[in-house]
Amino acid sequence: MKYETVIGLEVHVELAAKSKLFCSCTTKFGGEPNTHCCPVCTGMPGTLPVFNRKVLEYAVKAGLALNCDITRDFRFDRKNYFYPDLPKAYQVSQLYAPVAVNGHTEIKGADGNAKVIHIHEMHMEEDAGKIIHSPDGKTAFLDYNRCGVPLLEIVTEPDFRNAEEVNAFLYRLRSVFKYLGISDCRMEEGSMRADVNLSVRPEGCEELGTRTEMKNINSFRAIERAIAYESARQIKIVENGGRILQETLRWDNVAGYSFSMRSKEEAKDYRYFPEPDLPAFHLTREEIRLCRAAIPEFADEKAERLMQEISLSADDARVITEYRNLAELFEDTVKLCNAPGEVRFWFTGGLLSYINETGTDPEDITLLPENFAKFAGLVLNKTLTRESGKKVFRAMLESDGDFDIRGFIKENGLETLDDEDLIITTVKKIIEENPKPYDQYRNGETKVYGFFAGKVMKELKGRADPSSVNRMLKNILENES
Amino acid sequence: MNFSELTALETGELIRLRKMSVTEAVTSALDAAEALNPKLNSFITICREKALKRAAEVQKRITDGTLSSPLAGVPVAVKDNICTEGIRTTCASKMLENFVPFYSATAVERLERAGAVIIGKLNMDEFAMGSTSETSYFGPVRNPHDISRTPGGSSGGCAAAVASGIVSGTLGSDTGGSVRQPAGCCGVTGFKPTYGAVSRYGLIAYASSLDQIGPVCGDAADCAAFTDAVCGRDERDSTSRDMFSGSLLSSLTGDVKGLRIGVLKESLASDKVDFEVSAKVAEVIKEFEKAGAVIKKVSFPYFDEAFSAYYTIAMAEASSNLARFDGVKYGFRAADYEDLNDLYCSSRSEGFGEEVKKRILLGTTILSGGYYDAYYLKAMKWREIIKAELNKIFSETDLLLTPTAPETAPLSGRSVSDPVSVYYSDIYTVLANLAGLPSVSFPCGTDRNGMPVGAQFTGRAADDGRVLNAVHAFQLMTDYHKLKADLNIQNGCTGQSDAQAGNSPCYQEKQGVEKTYEI
Repeated sequence: MKYETVIGLEVHVELAAKSKLFCSCTTKFGGEPNTHCCPVCTGMPGTLPVFNRKVLEYAVKAGLALNCDITRDFRFDRKNYFYPDLPKAYQVSQLYAPVAVNGHTEIKGADGNAKVIHIHEMHMEEDAGKIIHSPDGKTAFLDYNRCGVPLLEIVTEPDFRNAEEVNAFLYRLRSVFKYLGISDCRMEEGSMRADVNLSVRPEGCEELGTRTEMKNINSFRAIERAIAYESARQIKIVENGGRILQETLRWDNVAGYSFSMRSKEEAKDYRYFPEPDLPAFHLTREEIRLCRAAIPEFADEKAERLMQEISLSADDARVITEYRNLAELFEDTVKLCNAPGEVRFWFTGGLLSYINETGTDPEDITLLPENFAKFAGLVLNKTLTRESGKKVFRAMLESDGDFDIRGFIKENGLETLDDEDLIITTVKKIIEENPKPYDQYRNGETKVYGFFAGKVMKELKGRADPSSVNRMLKNILENES
Repeated sequence: MNFSELTALETGELIRLRKMSVTEAVTSALDAAEALNPKLNSFITICREKALKRAAEVQKRITDGTLSSPLAGVPVAVKDNICTEGIRTTCASKMLENFVPFYSATAVERLERAGAVIIGKLNMDEFAMGSTSETSYFGPVRNPHDISRTPGGSSGGCAAAVASGIVSGTLGSDTGGSVRQPAGCCGVTGFKPTYGAVSRYGLIAYASSLDQIGPVCGDAADCAAFTDAVCGRDERDSTSRDMFSGSLLSSLTGDVKGLRIGVLKESLASDKVDFEVSAKVAEVIKEFEKAGAVIKKVSFPYFDEAFSAYYTIAMAEASSNLARFDGVKYGFRAADYEDLNDLYCSSRSEGFGEEVKKRILLGTTILSGGYYDAYYLKAMKWREIIKAELNKIFSETDLLLTPTAPETAPLSGRSVSDPVSVYYSDIYTVLANLAGLPSVSFPCGTDRNGMPVGAQFTGRAADDGRVLNAVHAFQLMTDYHKLKADLNIQNGCTGQSDAQAGNSPCYQEKQGVEKTYEI
């Protein structure tokens, strides 16, 4: 019999607000333990939460981006449980009136077709601290820096059928949230974490099987492995006539298997009730309208459009639209100079390789579309060769945005040479200095042509127009003796 | 000069007029506190050194003219569930025996900004859970009018300290009557402002949606001055807000002509109310009629529901609020434990007293899966019905008059032998907490045993000025509020040691314990 895997996700995303959900402490990652804390986020007696409304703006934008209904009168609830990293012994979360419900978004399924994933709800909640165990395992230390960092939990319907779809959704989520500027979604830093609810059923069966919940999965690769493992484990049990136990599992990515944390019988009763220290909150239509107005065209849609409009390849469209500010730089530049090919060339070969090479945060790129367009124009009209253009482009990236292109070219003597005599002299000089390759060429070994071209360009410091060099080099190599 | 008979405003005025120094006033209060504590046990901590140091600072600012508020230089004391920076704050619990906060409650900050000098922290029921001040880890508080009786609770230390003249004013907290009921038992004035009028930041929560900080003083004018000093929106408490247009003190005109006072039929002709209490409240009605107030008979049919809703909500919230006392970060931790779960269980089992554990267990049950709808949700629905019913009453009256409690101060030990009857002493006070309304208890005479009887006015939300003004008017017409406990005649108490003295925790500060506490 064939089996179908059914998966639903609970994704926790750290929101990029500068201060915590209920106090003014910084949300910066890392830091000396217990230095990003105050009496409120460490739950000292008598302290009270104060809601950071910046977080609300982020949550509403996220909700709108995933086509949710926004709850205009929402409130917080307490989720009660004991754990040392939870200093109040309850987490302030949302159960009864979450900020966004009933959404959906589209992903590309494994077969390449579009698939709609439904969002059950999104709610705001506070993160817990961290327990650090001593190497001998005898002592546990507590770091409350992360306590109170704002999280958005996205709960999907059980719409996934395989790991590819799950990861496509997570990539989509990450891209959308980064475009909104509401989270950096870094799995390795824990700013995006996923719990996987998984069950199996015979193909064609409508009824859902008993599900398990896997926690602690913190990379795309780990999600694939965890899903493959758990799906196989459940199918094997069912095939052998066994029953799946409803339980919570912890995925161990090093060992490559999941193990049981607690069964249904041991399931915690969180004793949720409305948080009495916070009033009910109200969102005005105007607030929602402002959030909606700030929703940009997202990467996937933008890439699709650019492929249509200026015939970008799928790969180019993907890398160009990965970061919102860079995608906008690209589009604005193309609009200004109407030279998409040249802009694409410098964008992928120049800008993106500069980012990779230097490790610059893409957000920190200050290049102005006006300068980029002017530059592309100069290359197109052959004032600059692509070779000497590299120097200009690099200098432009390293400047703080205010960059005088023509001044720089002049200062460094980078204009294209249109001195035919100089090129001819140089070609002759190079041939003279390299009699052996010259003989090879004359004897039909034309592959040494590149050698000569390179030498000539180098001698001319890349300033010569490559087509002129080619024309004269060929002419001299073929015709003179 | 007999300091113990001065009100806070009188003391403040004498200090402003340079007829008394702050140090004199504070020293006198400290001496009285130390002398009477072996008998009354109203203080958990007395901070002589800190208070005297602060008295000198305040005096300097009064002298150079930078401080001129009505409470400048007045010695005060604060219930021990309100955080005071650098002074241990125990909630009368073993759990927080050594807890020294590194922040002050907003109300404390504001009271100090007004120039008041805190001389110590007042005893109470453990975590404010009780109506007799007997559940304290530091021993029971005794009623200054008769030490065989309780002072009421949970702010019993506040009421006893004011009734015995140690200080003229204190800050307490009121979750279901904890300021008003002990005020009634001790013959002093206790005021619970409208919910949100005073910031709860730094008040160690019992039941967040019901808790409110309020003053226990000798009269309504002092209560108004204390509330003026501490009230107003606080950014650290989202449920707080600016509520009053002018000062409460300035609304005390003493004029009650045309004031519409609703009298609850159920509270006067009930077999649950002591006949002497009913009689005294009836006399209050007469006084107000004489002064030109309009008396209306009104009915409130939901006392039993209010009582149940109150305890259900209070215990549910308490079970969550008190969960943070788990032995991990601060407070008591059991000496022996096997693992994490045992650390929690042992620390909480050993650190909390019986009454607190009982309420945590009940609250936990109330919120548990399968019970939530039947108990908590139902209680919340009743809370709305009760609010609506009270609103109806206030559409035709300005104030509601009831006894503060069905009986005068109970004998010590009854909260153990007959807990439900003691719970029932909150029957008239819980309404104001459920509906978030301002409510005040004031003395209106004594019963056959010489114990004070308390009457209570409750008003519309944010109408705190009118509530206090009615009491002020009554106190202009009568002298019941001037009755002080005569400790010498009754008990011969002049500070000689008795059973309490040896372990009375208020002496710990002198031994330098306060300095060695770890946070």
